[in-house]
Amino acid sequence: MSAPPELVSLRDTLWRSRRLASRRLWGAQASVALADMASGTALGDAAPALADRSVLLRVADPLHAALALIELDGVARRIVLCPPDLSDGALAGVIETTAIDTMASDLAPSPATAGLDLVRIALPVRPLAAAPHAMRATEWVMFTSGTSGPPKLVVHTLAGLTGAIKPAAADAEPPVWATFYDIRRYGGLQMLLRALTGEGSMVVGSPAEPVAAFLARAAAHGATHITGTPSHWRRALMTPEAAALAPRYVRLSGEIADQGVLDALQARFPGVPVGHAYASTEAGVGFEVNDGLAGFPADFVGRSGEVEIEVADGALRLRSARAAAGYLGGGAVADAAGFVDTGDMVERRGDRYHFVGRRGGVINVGGLKAHPEEIEAVINRHPDVSASRACGRRNPITGAIVVAEVVLKPGAGEARVRAEILQSCRAELAPFKVPTMLKFVPALAITAGGKLERAVA
Amino acid sequence: MTPMADTLEQPAREQESCAADVKTALRGAILERFASVAAAQGKSLAPLTDDLVLLESGLDSLCFAIVVATLEDELGFDPFTEAEDVYFPVTLGDFIRFYERAA
Repeated sequence: MSAPPELVSLRDTLWRSRRLASRRLWGAQASVALADMASGTALGDAAPALADRSVLLRVADPLHAALALIELDGVARRIVLCPPDLSDGALAGVIETTAIDTMASDLAPSPATAGLDLVRIALPVRPLAAAPHAMRATEWVMFTSGTSGPPKLVVHTLAGLTGAIKPAAADAEPPVWATFYDIRRYGGLQMLLRALTGEGSMVVGSPAEPVAAFLARAAAHGATHITGTPSHWRRALMTPEAAALAPRYVRLSGEIADQGVLDALQARFPGVPVGHAYASTEAGVGFEVNDGLAGFPADFVGRSGEVEIEVADGALRLRSARAAAGYLGGGAVADAAGFVDTGDMVERRGDRYHFVGRRGGVINVGGLKAHPEEIEAVINRHPDVSASRACGRRNPITGAIVVAEVVLKPGAGEARVRAEILQSCRAELAPFKVPTMLKFVPALAITAGGKLERAVA
Repeated sequence: MTPMADTLEQPAREQESCAADVKTALRGAILERFASVAAAQGKSLAPLTDDLVLLESGLDSLCFAIVVATLEDELGFDPFTEAEDVYFPVTLGDFIRFYERAA
């Protein structure tokens, strides 16, 4: 029998850092030196009393969430990381399901949290007499993105959450991460954990912060590793402040990275590796694709390794130790064989699999199924298009027909682009997938999670 | 003829000719849609006569779906969705009359 893995908390990783003195977390309002956090607290006098507590972490400022996570991991029994858009109304149910006894927050107390011990998160960081080492494997409870249905609560551990993170080379320049994601969601948390465990610093965005202001801060702090969804990036590329960015690594995840957005990023940041990753809150980080092409090599499927990948009935399935342990309140994330059905549909073309969309997100045109994402991928390849959204329009003859909305780059001529988009759609898509109507719109809404907003079918 | 009678008669005549204009415009819009959708979808369209059987027109059901949707945008109504009974026009003449009745 092998020995259990050594228990290492987030705070422990700071103690082991060789470059701790130079590392910081920059929030929209304040910044914190990680050296101060290694042996300090932002939880006031409450810090020593948090062992074994189940703590609801609900904050206005994501920087405060990052600090509390450093302190609570390895100490608390359970951390419930609330996403920014969790309503007061949903809170009572969450508190009941997660059996928490404490709330760490920078918000005013509300009736919904009246029965909880309240710990205030506040700056500046104060030194602790004895900062604790890891005492236990804390349960991290996260909310699913709710791409399909209402959000669920899944249970992770730090070991599972950091399973995909490779140790940084000893001589590598320390990275400065910046992410358009909120760090309270799986995609953003991955980046925070990369920064914290990988000798990095991070520019932490805030939901209240305009994209341009965040980009300006990221540039000012010399962000080297910048990540977001394709929708985040399409919006960033339209923002003048993006010109000041000088990344060494650009990463996309959370939505399908189509060739259009990959090419646009490679053109904007010549010579910079542009990678896209597949991950989900339930299945964990699946894989990274770093060859600049959409989709992933077909030989990823069936190969052995830390993550096993299967395609069944067109859907991507993953098995790894990085998957969530289960849903809180019952229900397995994986099937009996340990595979998580991601609900993401793929299609093999030659020696590559391409993502085509979500199961259930299809537009049914007279019994033929079209995924909005595969149509958007073709539209987005047009050099004058900055974003697009395809959806179904109800139709008495075929049940639905495909229509699309398109955001043009400034100065592009509508008539010409319309004709060119339709021409490429007709060349590359089955006739029923070609948008029957194209509408030019000034912008498309993005959800709090950074994904293109889609009407729930 | 009294001026009063004149003003009474005038709208009636206008209405009649107006209804005829609407019919002509409707027919024109439908025929134009058939032609433009066929062209856009790369279909060769049979000569558009009232007794043309729709299934033999050269358009498939996707084409009809597009014709109905674009006509809805142009005219502001879609008789198929508005109709209480399920109705399937057989000929082009049926199709045009279906729209005329709903107009």
